[in-house]
Amino acid sequence: MEDDLSPTAVSDAVWSAQDTTPAAIEAALSTLVAERHRENECYVAARALNLVCIVDAQFSGEVANRLRRVGRYHASRTVVCSVSPGRATIDARATVASEADPRPGEFSLMRETVVVSVGERHVPHLARIVDPLVVTDLSTVVWSPHGNRAAVDSLVAPAGGTRPIAQTVLLDSASEPDQRAALDRVCTLAQRAAVVDLGWLRATPWRERVAAHYDPAGRRPELGTISKVSVRHGSDSLVSGLLLIGWLCDRLGWRPEQLTRHGDLLRGRARSRRGEVELRLEPTGIMRVPGLSGVEIRSDLGSVLALERGEGGLTARRTERGGEQRSWTVLGASRGEPGILGEGIRHTLLPDATYAPALAAARSMLA
Amino acid sequence: MTPPAQPPPGTNPLTEALERQPVHATVLVIFGATGDLAKRKLLPALYNLAHEGALPEHFALIGNARSELSDEEFRASAVASVREFSRREPDETVLDKLFADARYVSGSFGDDEVFESLATILPELDERAGVTLNRCFYLSTAPEFFPVIVKQLGAHDLGEPADAEARVIIEKPFGTRLQEARELNETVLSVFEERQVFRIDHYLGKETVQNVLALRFANGMFEPLWNRNYIDHVQITASEDIGIGTRAGYYDNAGALRDLVQNHMLQLLTLLCMEPPVDFSADEVRNEKVKVLRAIHAPTEDEVADMTVRGQYTAGNVAGVDVPGYLDEDGVPEDSHTETFAALRLEVDNWRWAGVPMVLRTGKSLARKVTEIAVTLKPVPHIAFTGEGSQGVRPNVLVLTVQPNEGVSLAIGAKIPGTRMAIRQVQMEFLYGSAFLSQSPEAYERLILDAMRGDATLFTRNDEVEAQWNIIDPIIAAWQRTTEPPARYEAGSQGPAEAQTLLGANRAWRMI
Repeated sequence: MEDDLSPTAVSDAVWSAQDTTPAAIEAALSTLVAERHRENECYVAARALNLVCIVDAQFSGEVANRLRRVGRYHASRTVVCSVSPGRATIDARATVASEADPRPGEFSLMRETVVVSVGERHVPHLARIVDPLVVTDLSTVVWSPHGNRAAVDSLVAPAGGTRPIAQTVLLDSASEPDQRAALDRVCTLAQRAAVVDLGWLRATPWRERVAAHYDPAGRRPELGTISKVSVRHGSDSLVSGLLLIGWLCDRLGWRPEQLTRHGDLLRGRARSRRGEVELRLEPTGIMRVPGLSGVEIRSDLGSVLALERGEGGLTARRTERGGEQRSWTVLGASRGEPGILGEGIRHTLLPDATYAPALAAARSMLA
Repeated sequence: MTPPAQPPPGTNPLTEALERQPVHATVLVIFGATGDLAKRKLLPALYNLAHEGALPEHFALIGNARSELSDEEFRASAVASVREFSRREPDETVLDKLFADARYVSGSFGDDEVFESLATILPELDERAGVTLNRCFYLSTAPEFFPVIVKQLGAHDLGEPADAEARVIIEKPFGTRLQEARELNETVLSVFEERQVFRIDHYLGKETVQNVLALRFANGMFEPLWNRNYIDHVQITASEDIGIGTRAGYYDNAGALRDLVQNHMLQLLTLLCMEPPVDFSADEVRNEKVKVLRAIHAPTEDEVADMTVRGQYTAGNVAGVDVPGYLDEDGVPEDSHTETFAALRLEVDNWRWAGVPMVLRTGKSLARKVTEIAVTLKPVPHIAFTGEGSQGVRPNVLVLTVQPNEGVSLAIGAKIPGTRMAIRQVQMEFLYGSAFLSQSPEAYERLILDAMRGDATLFTRNDEVEAQWNIIDPIIAAWQRTTEPPARYEAGSQGPAEAQTLLGANRAWRMI
């Protein structure tokens, strides 16, 4: 795997070794950082977040590309565990990269990347390998885009009840082919660690728009009169739709029932104090990026809010009971998939208390 | 089956935990919309808010200035400003849509026609949005127009829309003397209530300035030391390594004292010295800040000479480049006595701070650009180390750097490696930029959003601004009265040597 994950790195210090040990890697990293700082005291080690990334060696290039495009949200130390079947030894390559040549009196951040090549035999003990490599006292997040569940488990719930290495799991519930299994897995992980779900973050702008639309005092009573919620989602993003509806259920006190499948369509109900809310999830055509393509919320009073993905933001349309319509654009730049991963990394330091209950509600709809 | 728990009527439970909280539909009217501040700061800030999806669901923009422009020309100018000055590469679609419906009203601030046009356009925008938009009037003009615009807003009933809020955002400087600030407050408060008034001091929008409060009130280790028993003195420095450039017209009337001390530096001092507020609501925070300002002894004119030093730069060399002296700058009168350097020694006469010198200095064409607060602790009461060991023991200094390299450092004594007990001061350093993933928003992004939300915590209240002028006014009066020229200092230097007198014996200014 390429170890320079910074798109704008202008200078690197590199160390590599074959058949090495975590202690030797850690010592090499410390030396590299100290040498760079001695070379120019304006080079300062970033100290915000450890990211442990577990990848299958054959797909490591793709993961490196994704990490390279996350924008400014790079972890300060990234430990990539590249797993190859049959490998018996541990090889490592450590890089300390600086993003800019510091001008006099200013500083330039150093970000550290270690690519540790391990074999499947190492996976059950991955915590023992990673532990010395993360910066103590910094929050550690684990991201394992190719599965490797045993490795993730060993970091968030080590055997013997010892203290976990990672406090947060970064995942994409939309990347699993079986949504029910995906939600089960996330629920299990959420009991052990904080979870940042890219599927949830894809729904976040929609949640913000819905919340903002009903925020004016005169419109808040409409929240108690919602009678139907329809969500259209990318073919791979059912979970984002479920999480959006799960969030509405949790926040508005609805009790969702199990959804039923009608072809590609999922339909069902939630019980509110006033009665029933009709729920509908429908896949849309091919989308440029995963996520949602539309949300429609109807109220008993006859008003309808429709949000559609559009250029430069979401296109909103409100229809009043009498049929009068207004439409407008709610501005916001698309983050794209690399941006979503960057947001995921950033959100590992911003816990969201509304995710877990939304997840529980989403899971109950797929029971 | 028990019915599910429902949120109380009238609440919006959907906003909980959202990073971007809703903002009421708003129209922003910028007076001085073609000026430098609007181009460099306000319009790029609006773009960045739009980019992040932070603007209200319904947002409209009206620009006003004297230039004769059509709506289309104003839109093109706004787009160009964002392209040139935005902190991020703009998304062209968002940029086009942001200004696509912007309106422009040309005319002088005293013209009734301007305000009659606004009175016509604003309801049209309400109608189009389907909701009465809150009005935010941003006075980004020369200060002499503030009362003119406010009176016009009042005369045309624009300060009190039905079913919505009107707010006025007023740029600095808020007056040039105490009496002027009082009169301006009187004018503003004859049209708006204080809760509608947002006096900008963009320093308060800086993350690192707000971090002074986080450092003090989110950490237990500093508070026990934060008083006259442990703190020897405080130095606040805001230095610039550039001269006045093309701003002679403004600067020669204002001077360093009005430009930076009356507002930004006194804000830093109040944040450093205030008592913990009950909560971080606008009035609780500002109540505590005003108490500090009221506790500062305003010098009598006779005391000014002992408590202040003013200076003016002469030709010199800044970072290897030869630069002219202030009197040789374009547009500066050859006999100008305007200070380009100001230093003050103040004391906060209250239980916590009595007797602790608070020294402030600011200047142009100094050795380096830096804004920092340095808190020097008292020396240890007894030095146990003998001989060489005792020589390196220095008082601890806690430095809060606002710019550049925002962060906190603490100078502590440490043993020099070796067989002898020798001490040297070393730095424990925290750099703001190294510890967070998020990029700090521009101060104006935060402040515009807060004003649209109606949160005045980071804005200056009427009594606060008057209390600031109450301290500065006698100094201005005394400096105006004297015929003595300001002390001279060479450009690129540490400032006039005379400033050392403010610190007293056994203390020295930190190197800039």
